[in-house]
Amino acid sequence: MREFKTHEYDVLVIGAGGAGLRAAIEAAGSGVSCGLICKSLLGKAHTVMAEGGMAAALANVDDRDGWSTHFADTMRGGQYLNNWRMAELHAKEAPDRVNELEAWGAVMDRTKDGKILQRNFGGHKYPRLAHVGDRTGLEMIRTLQDHGIHQGIDVHMEVTIIDLLKDGDRVVGAFAYEREHGRFVLYKAKAIVMATGGIGRAFKITSNSWEYTGDGHSLAYNAGADLVDMEFIQFHPTGMVWPPSVRGILVTEGVRGEGGILTNSEGRRFMFDDIPDAYTSSTSDNEEEGWRYVTGDKSARRPPELLTRDHVARCIVREVKEGRGSPHGGVFLDIAWIKEHIKDAEAHIKKKLPSMYHQFKELAGLDITKEPMEIGPTTHYVMGGIKVDSDTQMSTIPGLFAAGECAAGLHGANRLGGNSLSDLVVFGKRAGEYASKYAKENSAGSVNNDQVQQIAAWAEAPFDRGDKAENPFTIQSDLQVMMQDKVGIVRDEKELGEALEALEGFKARAEHAAADVNRDFNPGWHTALDLRCLLTVSEASARSALARNESRGAHTRIDHPDKSDEEAKVNNVVRKGPDGQMQLERVPIPPIREDLAQIIEENK
Amino acid sequence: MPQVTFKVWRGNKDAGEFKDYQTDITEGMVVLDAVHQIQAENAPDLACRWNCKAGKCGSCSAEVNGNPKLMCMTRMEDLPTDQPVTIEPMQAFPLIRDLVCDVSWNYEVKKKIKPFKPRKPDNADGTWNMVQEDVDRVQEFRKCIECFLCQDVCHVLRDHHKHEEFIGPRFFIHNAQLEMHPLDTEDRLGDLKDENGLGYCNITKCCTKVCPEHITITDNAIIPLKERIVDEYYDPIKKLFKMFKPKK
Repeated sequence: MREFKTHEYDVLVIGAGGAGLRAAIEAAGSGVSCGLICKSLLGKAHTVMAEGGMAAALANVDDRDGWSTHFADTMRGGQYLNNWRMAELHAKEAPDRVNELEAWGAVMDRTKDGKILQRNFGGHKYPRLAHVGDRTGLEMIRTLQDHGIHQGIDVHMEVTIIDLLKDGDRVVGAFAYEREHGRFVLYKAKAIVMATGGIGRAFKITSNSWEYTGDGHSLAYNAGADLVDMEFIQFHPTGMVWPPSVRGILVTEGVRGEGGILTNSEGRRFMFDDIPDAYTSSTSDNEEEGWRYVTGDKSARRPPELLTRDHVARCIVREVKEGRGSPHGGVFLDIAWIKEHIKDAEAHIKKKLPSMYHQFKELAGLDITKEPMEIGPTTHYVMGGIKVDSDTQMSTIPGLFAAGECAAGLHGANRLGGNSLSDLVVFGKRAGEYASKYAKENSAGSVNNDQVQQIAAWAEAPFDRGDKAENPFTIQSDLQVMMQDKVGIVRDEKELGEALEALEGFKARAEHAAADVNRDFNPGWHTALDLRCLLTVSEASARSALARNESRGAHTRIDHPDKSDEEAKVNNVVRKGPDGQMQLERVPIPPIREDLAQIIEENK
Repeated sequence: MPQVTFKVWRGNKDAGEFKDYQTDITEGMVVLDAVHQIQAENAPDLACRWNCKAGKCGSCSAEVNGNPKLMCMTRMEDLPTDQPVTIEPMQAFPLIRDLVCDVSWNYEVKKKIKPFKPRKPDNADGTWNMVQEDVDRVQEFRKCIECFLCQDVCHVLRDHHKHEEFIGPRFFIHNAQLEMHPLDTEDRLGDLKDENGLGYCNITKCCTKVCPEHITITDNAIIPLKERIVDEYYDPIKKLFKMFKPKK
């Protein structure tokens, strides 16, 4: 029998980015005991990478904005596969959550009359993104962190959860290892909030860090929860493409919000060439009008560079494929050109996009105030995730809640930029609130010690692989290449089938992923254990993508290039079947409430 | 570029040594790429922290050829590669393993600093008004990514180990952003003087030099805080007034 430390909480929050921190603050504030698990150090979670801003209809810059417009924009961007109730709650509550951050010390950029400044972003009808230059995520996470450390939350840093524990139907705990010495830890909890972020490490070209291995998705799935919309993975149109070592690092949409344009090797603004029907009335058809829009002319329509991310990414792929790409396989993103219109362009760019300026200066040796950037799509965000109740954020497992990127519903087939940071705090708060309520109403369950010992044995196995030992980094890297090739931006039935077949091979290889030396802060071992999660989310994405016979939002099938009315009525749900195999169910989308349908119609 | 030799510190708090690794360097690579390559090819158990790989999270702090750096923002092209590149952990904190140190002291220090305490809202809807000019300086300090390189290079911590009496540049910045925050009503000057050891700083500006966010730590944060303390506690006229002020 292995010995390990045990902690006991009313609410355990797994993940310490924006959603996890906000959930923990809410839970602790409601008088229950709360533990917070960070896979890395506190304050380093992926939220820190968010750049452009946080969408909320504050109407500080354009007083025509309001929650209903934000709601309609979110639904249109998500191609109406969204959970409409979540989109409603999000649009209504985001302004309060932004103001709350200010009350906790956040310092966002200001309007001339001293309010929170808002900027334009793709798919948002009005300037809506509260921001701090291009480091809004840092501002959010630091604010929540600095507020959170005084709320009586127990923070556990550099701890990785490897399994959830159940008592009958409900979740009652989680089993983990701490990185420093690889010791096992048991967390007992009456309620658990998943806030583990995304799955980007399943792909080769990604803006995501090592942590993004789909842990929450996979842990919930293995505990029996439903995952929904897993075919919808957002490839952000603008990632760095050169030099090779920085390929995939994010270039904020804020560049386009500030007037940046996309051009091909012929110098043509190719985004004017293909404007989707749903957006023709709100998109400018000439450069002059587009510029007026980004400089605040309320009568102007937005430039096509500010169309939704799925569409922009597809246009870039088309340009590259048809031979009009940049030297290193991307296209050009040019912000320097605004010097044609404004006098102190260089200072303006440095003020509005400081971290982009440094990122290109230091990593690519390029001055964005003088030259265009080379950019191309990068795996950025998963719209799909743990299926949750719209109001309480509880998953299909009693006691298990989810918020932020690992939960699904708000974004449908495609997320609008800026709707992630607001998602984190709106639904982080709700998850914390309802998890705490659940904890108050339920007593502690009991943990099955045999199950715990089994998980521990599984986690120790990489140190004892014998002859067939394989390097976990090699397996992970091969998996990323396969997923990028076959489940990437453009998909078809044949390749998705091949992907599912290949995944069986990877599952077998993962059984041989080996670790060496000892368990003290050993990245090889961690990578070997993360493979299980990566494989679960990879399969969920491939299966869901195969089942959706249409192109919609971030999901593009070349064998089904159009939208289908039939597919528009369903969400794809995957869950673990009784035989341990992944099952897929096509679940009809519940009819939208009449008043919300009306709002969508009015905003068309 | 050819194969380059790296001398990487391997070990724990009890024992350790530099070990040599060779790996291929290609165009645009940063030191963190090389470490990852070494990990994947030769040393899967080589411990190092990283997250964003874009200079935004402050996880991959280490000393490259003796200089405190973010490994993700240090380009191989800027280093001489005809001789080995040394990579070792930060020196101002206890070692955990290889390139990873125990930075928990920093988290404990922050917890002891009085938190943000805003004045009453300006508007009926619970919001405040602040103009950009009044928040520019605070925003500069809030760029801090908590990489702790400034702590690593500060001789008060690195050489004199005054961790008990001195909070270090990172937390002077933190104090400064709170003290200069237009909405904040708390007073932290007494703590800075008595508990946090601001007086130990003799303005060598080493912290400013290593800051990857280019925050002017010394000039814009530390010196103004020192001046505020002088004004508050050592101004003879103010002292006189204080003597006659009724006690609260």
